[in-house]
Amino acid sequence: MADVTNLRSPAEAGLSKLFESARKGFASEQAISREEAFRFFEATGLPSRRVEAFKYTDLRAAITEAAPPAEAPSEDAARAAVAGTTGFNAVEAVRLTFVNGHLVASLSDLDRVPEGVTVTPLNEALAQGDARLKLLAPVEQVRENPIYQLNTAFLADGALISVAPGAKPQTPIHLRFVGTGEAAFSTATRVLVDVGAEAEFFLLESHEGPSGLTYQPNDALDVRIGAEAAFRHTRLNREGDAAVALSTLSVRLDARAQLETVNLVTGAKLSRHQIYLHIAGEDANAVVNGATLLGHGQLADSTLLADHAATGGVGREMFKTVIDGDSTGVFQGKIIVRQVAQQTDGKMKSDCLLLTDDGQMMNKPELEIFADDVACGHGATCGAPDEDLLFYLMARGLPRATAESLLVQAFVGEAVETVTHEGAREVLIGGIEAWLKARG
Amino acid sequence: MPAVQETIDRVRSIDLDQYKYGFETVIEMEKSEKGLSEDVVRFISAKKNEPEWMLEWRLDAYKRWLTMKEPEWARVEYDRVDYNNIYYYAAPKRKGPESLDEIDPEILKTYEKLGIPLREVEVLEGIAPERRVAVDAVFDSVSVATTFRKELEKAGVIFMPISEAIREYPDLVKKYLGSVVPVTDNFFATLNSAVFSDGSFVYIPPGVRCPMELSTYFRINERDTGQFERTLIIADKGSYVSYLEGCTAPKRDDNQLHAAVVELVALEDAEIKYSTVQNWYPGDNEGKGGIYNFVTKRGDCRGARSKISWTQVETGSAITWKYPSCILRGDDSRGEFYSIAVSNGMQQVDSGTKMIHLGKNTTSRIISKGISAGRSQNTYRGLVSAHKKAKGARNFTNCDSLLIGDQCGAHTVPYIESKNASAVFEHEATTSKISEDQKFYCLQRGLSEEEATALIVNGFVRDVLQQLPMEFAVEAQKLISISLEGSVG
Amino acid sequence: MLEIKNLVVQIEDNRILNGLNLTVNDGEVAAIMGPNGSGKSTLSYVIAGKEDYEVLDGEILLDGQNVLEMAADERAAAGIFLAFQYPLEIPGVGTMTFLKACLNAQRKARGEAELSTPDFIRAVNTAADKLEINKEMLKRALNVGFSGGEKKRMEILQMALLQPKFCVLDETDSGLDIDALRIVSEGVNALRAQGRSFLVITHYQRLLNHIVPDTVHVMSKGQIVKTGGKELALELEASGYAEYRTSEAA
Repeated sequence: MADVTNLRSPAEAGLSKLFESARKGFASEQAISREEAFRFFEATGLPSRRVEAFKYTDLRAAITEAAPPAEAPSEDAARAAVAGTTGFNAVEAVRLTFVNGHLVASLSDLDRVPEGVTVTPLNEALAQGDARLKLLAPVEQVRENPIYQLNTAFLADGALISVAPGAKPQTPIHLRFVGTGEAAFSTATRVLVDVGAEAEFFLLESHEGPSGLTYQPNDALDVRIGAEAAFRHTRLNREGDAAVALSTLSVRLDARAQLETVNLVTGAKLSRHQIYLHIAGEDANAVVNGATLLGHGQLADSTLLADHAATGGVGREMFKTVIDGDSTGVFQGKIIVRQVAQQTDGKMKSDCLLLTDDGQMMNKPELEIFADDVACGHGATCGAPDEDLLFYLMARGLPRATAESLLVQAFVGEAVETVTHEGAREVLIGGIEAWLKARG
Repeated sequence: MPAVQETIDRVRSIDLDQYKYGFETVIEMEKSEKGLSEDVVRFISAKKNEPEWMLEWRLDAYKRWLTMKEPEWARVEYDRVDYNNIYYYAAPKRKGPESLDEIDPEILKTYEKLGIPLREVEVLEGIAPERRVAVDAVFDSVSVATTFRKELEKAGVIFMPISEAIREYPDLVKKYLGSVVPVTDNFFATLNSAVFSDGSFVYIPPGVRCPMELSTYFRINERDTGQFERTLIIADKGSYVSYLEGCTAPKRDDNQLHAAVVELVALEDAEIKYSTVQNWYPGDNEGKGGIYNFVTKRGDCRGARSKISWTQVETGSAITWKYPSCILRGDDSRGEFYSIAVSNGMQQVDSGTKMIHLGKNTTSRIISKGISAGRSQNTYRGLVSAHKKAKGARNFTNCDSLLIGDQCGAHTVPYIESKNASAVFEHEATTSKISEDQKFYCLQRGLSEEEATALIVNGFVRDVLQQLPMEFAVEAQKLISISLEGSVG
Repeated sequence: MLEIKNLVVQIEDNRILNGLNLTVNDGEVAAIMGPNGSGKSTLSYVIAGKEDYEVLDGEILLDGQNVLEMAADERAAAGIFLAFQYPLEIPGVGTMTFLKACLNAQRKARGEAELSTPDFIRAVNTAADKLEINKEMLKRALNVGFSGGEKKRMEILQMALLQPKFCVLDETDSGLDIDALRIVSEGVNALRAQGRSFLVITHYQRLLNHIVPDTVHVMSKGQIVKTGGKELALELEASGYAEYRTSEAA
């Protein structure tokens, strides 16, 4: 750092202390440079609102205490925690269960992995020096991100998933993350998905945890989609109401690769989901949607960077946010079109419904265009539900609350109805309905 | 257009030497010593015969400025200014003209060459009476002529150099100066507060519709000087004024600094329309020379139902850093921002607006059209915010960018912050190129490639041009065509 | 008037025109009919000078002068007019502004004086009245928000105003109801003055009931495969294009 001396916050000092004690336990791994990542992180510290990328989500203020990394849970505790989840349990899938950030083999279907797919626990891969580890952090910009650096520094568990070229397993893999315990803890997981050329793969990801516990999950998903392959990903954030949940999805798309990722957020006190796309091959296609429903005291941040570095890429990003109570929604989206990326077609939209006067929505949609033969655009809207529509519905006999619910459902529904996997789509729609019901 | 080699070559060969205001006037000047110090601030204040309070104000600003850092967040790259290597004050030696006959004939000739008539007779002969424009001409650091003053006085309108207003209307100046752009607002505004030498002062009394358009014409002439003008416009209750601003500078190899501050205050039911055609020297093909245009412009809709409208056509300057903004304090007040920013050669533009909604039922509208050609970078940066009490606030924003050639960049960085549910914000932005099909259609009807491009570009910026007073619109349209000359292939 | 000799054209390695030969005499109205994909629209674009097409061989002579070397605007000034199948919308550009700019650009290219504004407005109004074009339409941006029929009428208005020698009508009947078809056809027929020639490209015979051609050419696989009088169009209407259609051209 130049001439600015940051007074270190107690949480930052705590993190340094935790890292010092944790590093003794780490194996000497070549593939992930924890030391370097932590030094980078230490230099900048927890980002405050003065850091442009965290202008609306002040992590320095939100994380007042460094929570210690969670120990692997006992078999019984893990079983009890999983029993309390719903997530994507209703969808037929091969499950990998992570409790407090540790892969629990006995609650996972490691023996039922579909043909053409291999799953290697991260710790095993690290011990063996698995060659695929060098595929981690597939998008350059993600490496400079403090959340991702923390994840690297404290990385405790995860998995490497490879899908063989041409394989098209019909059963999805479900990453089931569960938090449990009595005292504050943090987690750091990393899952790598390497989808071979012309393969097709579904991934489900759910995050659930206890209420009232200030735990700090930090989950990263690194994905490479090979040429002409398709990766479809549905994510559910239903973390406990006191959690500070940080997550990063970074995806590299090769030629004609297809990405579909949809994230539904109803949980956590504060969440930040960061999506980094690197369009590396020509004519790739990315659909990135988010649906966020927030109530009392919550803040949810969706931050997206779509970096078009090849010709003919198509990006469709749609984010829908519903703000109730005194919650805060944040959307930061940036489309970069490099000079080589001619014929890029990028459209990004963020719409927000404010249901109360106490809520707020911060939108920052950006375009950074260096190619001339492009059609790019973004839109952002913000406002209360349309009074004329409400009136129309009420005139047809619906009570105001029902009418409002109906409008909210239609509004958010647009972001989830494109989910290809029917079962996953139903879970998301169910999640929206449950949120509306709980709101009353 | 896809990158055909021919296009690239032609863009490279753009001749920015077509800048037709690049001549220099040779004239005897009186200057402060080079560099900035407390003594220089005192010197400027003494030159202007300023009262003590004004000197204190400046010194306070200077001390604050010493502790501040130059902002780095804008998307512009340039060699930092050496603040100790420029003159902060330069004035023609012959001074204090009582009538136009006493103005140095060289200066009169300069303005004639620029097409700015300073003799009222000429104005009357040239233009129909209902389109008369009163002009305040600022040459380097001082105002050299203000036309139509007598006639404006009859209507109660005060239009004079700010240096005179400080002496003649100290109460008005004291009350409003720095009330919209505080002394410590930002690095450049603070610098301006310490060293501003002249600029225009306008006061429109209650209920008066200013009988003619007011205009200030800025000219930087002297080498190694910075221009720091200060404009203050107050529209009292129920009044109306339309104000135009134009700027040019000679061609020079080194960069020159222009750090102006413009403050607008609109009281109840008042309306201010502020139009700028900015055509500072943009530098040559390789980015050598040109004006650094670091300007703070802000309007305060202080009274209920007041309205402030900014219209700008930006074609000049090497670096542009300006965000004409509106603080919508009064209930039912309205802010507007219409902008065309054309960049070519190596120009860098980082411009936009802020609409701060504080009052109830306040509305704002932003229409921004960016056109990038050559190897230029053109960024729209904007903020729209509605505070808790701004019930019923409305904003509509439309930012469109057009790229001509594949060596340039167009960027959009909007911040949209809504803190209450009854605020309705709509924002849309697009980036595109000139459609090949549209162009072919025009060619098939017999237009040349350049004519076709100019026609389509003019269609693209039409919404904004319509906001300009008529003769300005014509000038702006020509300017845009000239700025883009050679950029198509 | 127009003579096309052995024209070979491809776009992105796809051969569209395969040695096409065609002559249209002074004052002649020639119709080109053919199945979809036979290369009709390509021919119209190549005559007008659209850049995406690669001309591998052949000549297009307008009054003996090869136009292939000329840019699209030069061809327009030389008297070639293309009525587009899908006229373009140009937001922000007023229709009158556009018309005046085109007219004067062509006059300038031919070394003629610019038309004065009153003369120009008179010329537009006269043409607009004949084509039953509402004056309100002329005040709007070019083709923006116009219906399909309005756009086609605007094409004919431009043709009337620009007074070209050689007009190509590309599927001018598509998207027209019967009234609009009548108005457009009357407009074209009024322009069949001495010396002016037309190339009418159409898939259906119905347009040719209104604009009666002197000759009818059938196009298939990028060549003229049959030439006859106006009765040939009626034969095609009865028998269809089956014998001209091939799997690769479909």
